[in-house]
Amino acid sequence: MASEDKNKGLLAPFRVLDLTDELGFLCGKILGDLGADVIKIEKPGGDPARMIGPFYRDEPHVEKSLYWFGFNNNKRGITLNLESSRGQELFRRLATSAEFVIESYMPGYLDRLGLGYTTLNQINQRLILTSITPFGQTGPYSRFRASDIEVMAMSGCMSLTGDPDRPPLRVSFPQSYQWTGSYAAVGTLTAHLYRQRSGIGQQVDVAAQACLLWAFSHAHTFWDLNRHLEKRAGAYMTGRSITGARMRVFWPCKDGYLNFIIYGGEAGRKTNQALVEWMDSKGGAPESLKRKDWKSFNIAEVTQEEIDRMEEPITRFFEGVTKREFFENVIRREMLGYPVATVEEISSDPQLKARDFWQELAHPELKASLPYPGGFAKFSQAPCKIWRRAPLIGEHNEEVYGGELGFKKDELEKFKREGVI
Amino acid sequence: MHALEGIKVVEFAAYAAGPTVGKHLADHGATVVHLESRSRPDGFRTHYPPYKDNIYGLNRSGLFALCNNDKLDVTLNLKKAPRATELAKRIVAWSDVVIENFSPGTMKRLGLDYESLRKVKPDLIMLSSSNLGQTGPHANHPGFGSQLSSLAGFTNLIGYADGPPQMLYGPYIDYIAVAYGAVAILAALDHRDRTCNGQHIDLAQYESGLQFLTPLLLDYKVNGRVGVRNGNRDPAAAPHGAYPCKGEDSWCVMSIFSEAEWQTLCRVMENPAWTQEKRFATLEARKKHEDELDGRIGQWTVQFTARDLIDRLQDAGLRAGLVNTMRDLFSDPQLTHRTQWVELEHPEIGQMHYQRPPFLLTKTPPGPRNRDPLLGEHNEVFYKEMLSLPEKDYRELVEEGVID
Repeated sequence: MASEDKNKGLLAPFRVLDLTDELGFLCGKILGDLGADVIKIEKPGGDPARMIGPFYRDEPHVEKSLYWFGFNNNKRGITLNLESSRGQELFRRLATSAEFVIESYMPGYLDRLGLGYTTLNQINQRLILTSITPFGQTGPYSRFRASDIEVMAMSGCMSLTGDPDRPPLRVSFPQSYQWTGSYAAVGTLTAHLYRQRSGIGQQVDVAAQACLLWAFSHAHTFWDLNRHLEKRAGAYMTGRSITGARMRVFWPCKDGYLNFIIYGGEAGRKTNQALVEWMDSKGGAPESLKRKDWKSFNIAEVTQEEIDRMEEPITRFFEGVTKREFFENVIRREMLGYPVATVEEISSDPQLKARDFWQELAHPELKASLPYPGGFAKFSQAPCKIWRRAPLIGEHNEEVYGGELGFKKDELEKFKREGVI
Repeated sequence: MHALEGIKVVEFAAYAAGPTVGKHLADHGATVVHLESRSRPDGFRTHYPPYKDNIYGLNRSGLFALCNNDKLDVTLNLKKAPRATELAKRIVAWSDVVIENFSPGTMKRLGLDYESLRKVKPDLIMLSSSNLGQTGPHANHPGFGSQLSSLAGFTNLIGYADGPPQMLYGPYIDYIAVAYGAVAILAALDHRDRTCNGQHIDLAQYESGLQFLTPLLLDYKVNGRVGVRNGNRDPAAAPHGAYPCKGEDSWCVMSIFSEAEWQTLCRVMENPAWTQEKRFATLEARKKHEDELDGRIGQWTVQFTARDLIDRLQDAGLRAGLVNTMRDLFSDPQLTHRTQWVELEHPEIGQMHYQRPPFLLTKTPPGPRNRDPLLGEHNEVFYKEMLSLPEKDYRELVEEGVID
C-alpha cells in the first residue's frame, strides 16, 4: 500500500515501535508523516482506543473508529502480548533494529516487564525511548491518572476558558493528547539529532501537563511580572491593555459568529480603518468612528469606556453580515479577523483546496475512500503526507514477524495459539 | 553537552510562531540569533502586555521574554537595501537554519527568498511559517493566531452548549504550528547531515492546526456531522466535568468512563441513596440525566477542598484533577519537581520565570540558562566575533543605520 516516494521522506531510514495509547498516538503519526517506518504494537485483540468515536457510518466497531483512523495512519500494525515472556523476547528482538520506541504506560510498567530504558539501552545503545505520561516519569503526580479533562485542568488551561460565573471549560473535542503527541515528537527528534551526531541514545520524558502550558501562551506571565491573575473571561479577550480593558472577540452575525478584535499596532490600525470604511460604504459608520485618529490609537493603554463606545456600533453592523460576506471582506480589505468556522466550512475552504490539502485514502476493507487532512507542511525536496491508512488489528503480523524477523508459518500459528500475538 | 550544540539558527521572525520554534532549539543549546530592528522591534516588545510593573518598555515584555531566552539579539534594518540585504545574506551563509514568519512574499521583496538564499548557502534549511501558507488565493492575508484559531474551527468547539464560542486565551494555533515547525527543522537537519540537501518548509499554521481535529473532519466528511461545543461533556463518560470545591472559585475535574469507575466513585462518595436510583445505573442512563447528575456530584464535591478531593479520587484509581490557576502553576508540586520554571535575573524585569521544555532529555538536560536578550544586546559580539566583520565595516554599517 505504501507508495514508492516514502523512501524520499526525511525520516525514511528509521524504524519506530509505537506502544502508545491515545495520549501519544500523534507522536508516531508525525514521524510516519515524515516517512519513518512506524509499527503500532497493540495487545492481542486490539487497542482499546479503537472504540473511541466517532465511527465510520456511526457503527461502533474496532475497525471503524475515525479517531483511530485519524491518528494512527502512516503506521503498520502488529499485535503482541508484552506480559508474556515470549512476547517480551519478541519485543526485545524488534528493539534491536529500531531507532525509536514510543510508549505511554504508567511509569515503571516497562521496567517491571524487563523492558525499561536500562534494558533497552543494553540491547541497543542508540535507541531513543520516548515516554509519554500525563505528568512525567517521576514526581508527586507521576502515578496520577488522567484523561483529557484532567490534563486541561492541571495545566491551568481551564482556568482561562469559560464564563466567570460558570464552570471552567475544556475544548469539547479532546486537545491535550494532540498537544502532547506533537511536543513529544519535538523531544524525540531533538534526541534523534543528538544521537545521530554522538551515537548516544537516551530516554525522553514527556509530560502532558507541561505540554499544555504552551496552549495558553503567556497568561501566566501576568502573574509572574505583576501579580495580576488572568482568569476566564468568556467571549472576551483580556490582557491587551494595561488598564485591564477587555475586548469583545465573538460577535453574533446573521448565521453564526465572527472573530473580530480591536487591535493596536500597524496591522490593527489598518484593520480598524478598513472596517470603518466598510461600515461607511453601507452607511453604518458613526461620526465618532470616522473621526477617530487610528495612528495615535494605542491598544495597550485603551480604557474600557473607549472600547465600549467603539464596540457598540460595530455590534450593530456585524448583526447584518453573514460569515461569508465577512470572510470575503476581510480578505479583500486585508483586515484582521475570521469567521468562526465549522468543520463544514473548513471542508469547502478554497485555500485548502488550492493547496491540495485534502488527501483521499483508500479503505478497501470499507470499500470506501476517505478524504483526510494531508501533510502538516510542504517540504521543497521531500514528501510529507499520508502513505497508508491506519492498520487493522494485527494486519502486519505476518509481514513483520514472518518476513522481517524470519519466523515460519507454524511458529506464528503457535504464537497465536499461545496468545502472544 | 547540549543536544543541539553547534547548530546555528537565524530568525527573521517576530511574535510567537517563528521565535518560539527558535526557543525550543535554543533551550537545547543551538545558537539562535533573533534579528530585529530599532525602527521595527519585535511586536511582542512594542504592543503586547504584560510589561513589568505595567510600565511600557522595549525590554520589559513578559511575552518576549517567554519566547526568546538563550538567544542572541542583533539589529539589522532590512529596509536599508542593498547593504542590509548583503549583510543578511552573510548572516544566512553563517547559519544552518533560517526561521521566518513574515507575511508570504515579504522575504521575496527583501531579496531574501529561499532561492536567493540558497545561492549563499546551498544546503540551507528554511522554515517559512505563515497563517495560511505561501501559496493559494488567501496566502497574502495577514492574521494572528488568536483569530486563525477560529477559522480553523477550534473556538467553535469551546463553550457551553447554549452559548457563544469562547476564547482560547492567546494565539492557540500558533503554538501548535511551533511544535510542527520544530519537528520539520529537526528532521530536515538530520536529513541534510545524511544527504547534503537543504529544504524549504512551507508551514501553514492553519494546516498544522487542523491536524488536531482530524477525527472531527472525517466525521463531517463521512457522517455529515458538524461537531459543536458542548460544555465539558464527553459522549463516553458521565460524570465528566468541572465541579465546585471548598474555597473561592475552586474547582476539581473528574472523568468516569467505565462501569467499574462509576462503582468506585459511588464507594468513595459512601454510596449515597441517589446513586442507587435507576436513572443513574448505567452510562446511558447517566447521560440522559446528566444535568441532575452534575448537580448531585457538585453537592458532594463542594464539601471538600480540591486538593483533598483529588487525593481521594486518585487513591481510589480514578481520574481526577484540580483546576490550577495561573498563580498555582508556580507552586504546583509536579511542575516544581520537573523544574518547569527556571528563575533568572533580567536587568529590567527582575526575577522572571522562564519556561523549560515539556520534554526532558535525560542525558542532555535542556535550559533555559540565559535570560532573553535586550534589543541589540549582541550586535558587537555577533557581528565582530562570530561573523568576523572588520571593525571599520561594522562602524560604517552602524553609521548608515543598517545595524541600528
